[in-house]
Amino acid sequence: MTPHRKCLVLGILLSLLLPVAVAFAVTPDEMLSDPKLESRARVISQELRCVVCPNQSIDDSNAPLAKDLRVLIRDRLKAGDSNAQAIDFVVERYGNFVLLKPPFQLNTLLLWLAPALLAIIVLFQLMRFLRRQQSLPASEGFDSVEAESRDELSADETKRLREILEKGPTS
Amino acid sequence: MSRWAAVGPVMIFAVVALAFGFALRLDPHKLPSMLIDKPPPRFSLPPVEGTSAPLDSSKLQGQVMLLNIYASWCPGCRLEHPTLMRIAREKVVPLYGLNWKDKPGQGGRWLRQYQNPYIAVGDDPSGRAGIEMGVTGVPETFVIDTAGRIRYRHAGPVTEEVWQEVFVPLLASLGVKS
Amino acid sequence: MLAETGQFALILAFVVALLQGVVPLAGTLNRDRQAMTFASTASLIQFACIAYAYAVLTHAFITSDFSLSVVAANSHTLKPMLYKVSGVWGNHEGSMLLWVLILAVFGASVALGKAQLQATLRANTLAVQGLISAGFLAFILFTSNPFERLPFVPVEGNGLNPILQDPGLAFHPPFLYLGYVGFSIAFSFSVAALIEGKIDASWARCVRPWVLAAWCFLTIGIAIGSFWAYYTLGWGGWWYWDPVENASFMPWLAGTALLHSALVVERRNALLSWTILLGILTFTLSLIGTFLVRSGVLTSVHAFASDPSRGVFILALIVATVGASLILYAWRMPTLKYGAPFSMVSREAGLTLNNAFLTVACATVFIGTFYPLVIDILGDDKISVGPPYYNATFLPIMVPLLVAMAVGPVLKWKRDTVWGALQRLKPAGIAGLLALAVVLMFTLGRSLFAAAAMALAAWVVVGSLLVLVRRSRLGRTSLGESLKLLRSTPAAIVGLVMAHAGLGLSVIGITGISAWSSEVVERVEVGGPAVKIAGYDVGLASINQARGPNYSAQHAEFIVTRNGTPVTKLRSERRFFPEREQLTTVAAIRTTPASNLYVVIGDPDDKGGWTVRIYHHPLVIWIWIGALVMAAGGFVSLSDRRFRIGVATRQPAAARPVAAE
Repeated sequence: MTPHRKCLVLGILLSLLLPVAVAFAVTPDEMLSDPKLESRARVISQELRCVVCPNQSIDDSNAPLAKDLRVLIRDRLKAGDSNAQAIDFVVERYGNFVLLKPPFQLNTLLLWLAPALLAIIVLFQLMRFLRRQQSLPASEGFDSVEAESRDELSADETKRLREILEKGPTS
Repeated sequence: MSRWAAVGPVMIFAVVALAFGFALRLDPHKLPSMLIDKPPPRFSLPPVEGTSAPLDSSKLQGQVMLLNIYASWCPGCRLEHPTLMRIAREKVVPLYGLNWKDKPGQGGRWLRQYQNPYIAVGDDPSGRAGIEMGVTGVPETFVIDTAGRIRYRHAGPVTEEVWQEVFVPLLASLGVKS
Repeated sequence: MLAETGQFALILAFVVALLQGVVPLAGTLNRDRQAMTFASTASLIQFACIAYAYAVLTHAFITSDFSLSVVAANSHTLKPMLYKVSGVWGNHEGSMLLWVLILAVFGASVALGKAQLQATLRANTLAVQGLISAGFLAFILFTSNPFERLPFVPVEGNGLNPILQDPGLAFHPPFLYLGYVGFSIAFSFSVAALIEGKIDASWARCVRPWVLAAWCFLTIGIAIGSFWAYYTLGWGGWWYWDPVENASFMPWLAGTALLHSALVVERRNALLSWTILLGILTFTLSLIGTFLVRSGVLTSVHAFASDPSRGVFILALIVATVGASLILYAWRMPTLKYGAPFSMVSREAGLTLNNAFLTVACATVFIGTFYPLVIDILGDDKISVGPPYYNATFLPIMVPLLVAMAVGPVLKWKRDTVWGALQRLKPAGIAGLLALAVVLMFTLGRSLFAAAAMALAAWVVVGSLLVLVRRSRLGRTSLGESLKLLRSTPAAIVGLVMAHAGLGLSVIGITGISAWSSEVVERVEVGGPAVKIAGYDVGLASINQARGPNYSAQHAEFIVTRNGTPVTKLRSERRFFPEREQLTTVAAIRTTPASNLYVVIGDPDDKGGWTVRIYHHPLVIWIWIGALVMAAGGFVSLSDRRFRIGVATRQPAAARPVAAE
């Protein structure tokens, strides 16, 4: 593909995603008069990803489809849906992709459990390491408890200083 | 244990690098349709201005057919339009249309300007029917089989290239010669 | 013609980099001193070549030479000068050129550094640096040539994406790259040490200033990026857990771990292999970040036009560099030793604990960022991992880390007791409880989480400052004596206190905006009733048409009052950029230490009304103040004379910092 052709295709793709000029995220005209329902709608829209945008919730996004979904969510709530029902309605049509909080299911088991598992493994290894380190025999050059400021030279610095004085700088 | 600590990093890295290699061949914008192997959701749309047949989703069965989502504001739709016209002319498969999120009159004007390839074309100004179909943008084209189940969704323009590469083999497997 | 000389300079740099990668390695094997010193010469020549090429490209942008494809695609004659200069790195090709330029800067600094670096270590380090540079120069020459000419010269350029025309974003990439690429030195040092098979405390002492410098730049880079997102994206978010943000955050976490583990190597000669591994991993994460942004495998707010062939090339580069170094690691690591002992409760143990937490934190971000890819590869499903995931996994890891952060610096080296440390931290504990009580009181007991977070922040800030209080024997001796002691505190300790306290300040800001921000979205009319938010009244005073250099704008002026007394005027703009037919908004922000008032003008309706969004973000500015204090702490620490390696520091003449930049 020539660069120009590529630009054309890219341009078309982009216009596909952004059909209308930039509008606002939540606008006053779509808000519900009932503050309770409205705040529930805000919470739900913050958990749903805008499918045509890069990593934004529909609450943050100004894409027209995001607006449609915000209005749809509000309609569902007005019709008496619970938060979970409203979210499920969107998931049934667009898939798990719209959930910014991934569902806990078989293929996300590792995603959700890995941090805790890792923490356990790492802490276990840490304890092992610290125990071993504690029981090491004293080693030359690193024995002395050094003064915090280390204004004086450490044992190995003294050794190196002696080397340098004898042989001259190595670099 | 220390052996594992030594080779562990390079092994993990190999897996990660392999995953990246595979990932390069994926299209991050491609979203799988939730409707595969399911009948289209129920909707009933009035005909687009200037056409006569309404679009009722219950009619979308009985033979292999295409449902194309278009809008007058969509440049990709212009790009695929000649292909759609050819399919309609050669009567390869019946072609239905859904005019998504257009201002009043725009969808009809567009069809008058560029010709109408659809057997029936429904007007969906609010975009709700499109959302029922899980539409993310236009154009999109759904392949529906004889039993009235959706078999495939194509997001993006159906150019001649795409038609030959994707649609012809798929339709052949559904028993349609094209 | 000039552009062709730039291209030639790049080719020359590529050849020199290859030689720099090969000759010194051979030299260290044969103990050939000349071949070893060649590394330094080569890295200077390489730097000169790349700097020249970079200057040529900058010249092309400034003079709007649209015969170059990059300039035509990304610049415009009407663009302000600042964005012509920053436009050089505002596109793929130029940003990669900046990447190798910074790589060359670091290489040249190692070559020039007066550090008492063993000749073989320096030669090998520069050789590895040369190989990395050769790889990326090849990437530029073969897939992203900035000097590509257009067959026909367009009359006008395409312009820079208006969202990118912002001072914050103009300076974000250079700092980010100084960080990313700075970690290449840690990588090269690690690989050089593995090649030699000799790693010890002096190695850690050589590498730490470089890590620290890179860390400081990366901290600033991330802070600028986050601040930019806050004020330009128009809804006051400051961190989105977006793949591209994570790409810069992971090297930061790993680099922070490296900074601390290198201290243990320096002091106890322990944690050697882990530190080497971290040195490799930190830069690997930087490379993966570059891959992520450049290949477009993940969609992101910051997505650049991507190209699969570039992705393949960068992936091949990563596999070659990282794969080879990790194989070398697997081969050499078992021969590494354990060093000197330290107790379970000691500064060293604290530093190791810090590494444990940071590793888990970094791995969590990594998993969250790449898990969607795995799902995508495996089958038909597709998932997103957004902020709720990180709030549930990353934040719980941060809590114990923050608790430990105050404890670490008061622990004694080698051996200490828990009781002793807690005694020393009593004032920090009291400050934490006080913060808890105050917040609970003012919020009437409603924000328990926020109160706990504030307590944690107070614990960290006061706990860190205690280090200075104890050193200066404040309250236990005369004030004059205390001041004298304070002045004689080594810069590294002042730096430590600043960096730790800085994070505490950031926690205050994060808590403030997460727990107490409020928002009003309303339709208002010019001169109409004011919008009430957090005790302020914000009224739309006027809307005027305005013109910028390359855009037209609607300029909205808001008058802010509180209980009838005027507070300030705020000006927000909607800008229309005709070259790209793009609309952006400029938020008006009133910043005080206590809170930000954030006003954005939106779309007009046909009845003379305007949509406005107004936010009140308590304490939010402390997020970035904290980050800058952290980075400043790093720089203060860099000025410490302990980094002026070479024991001859007793002679003032030799007192020059290693990290000269």
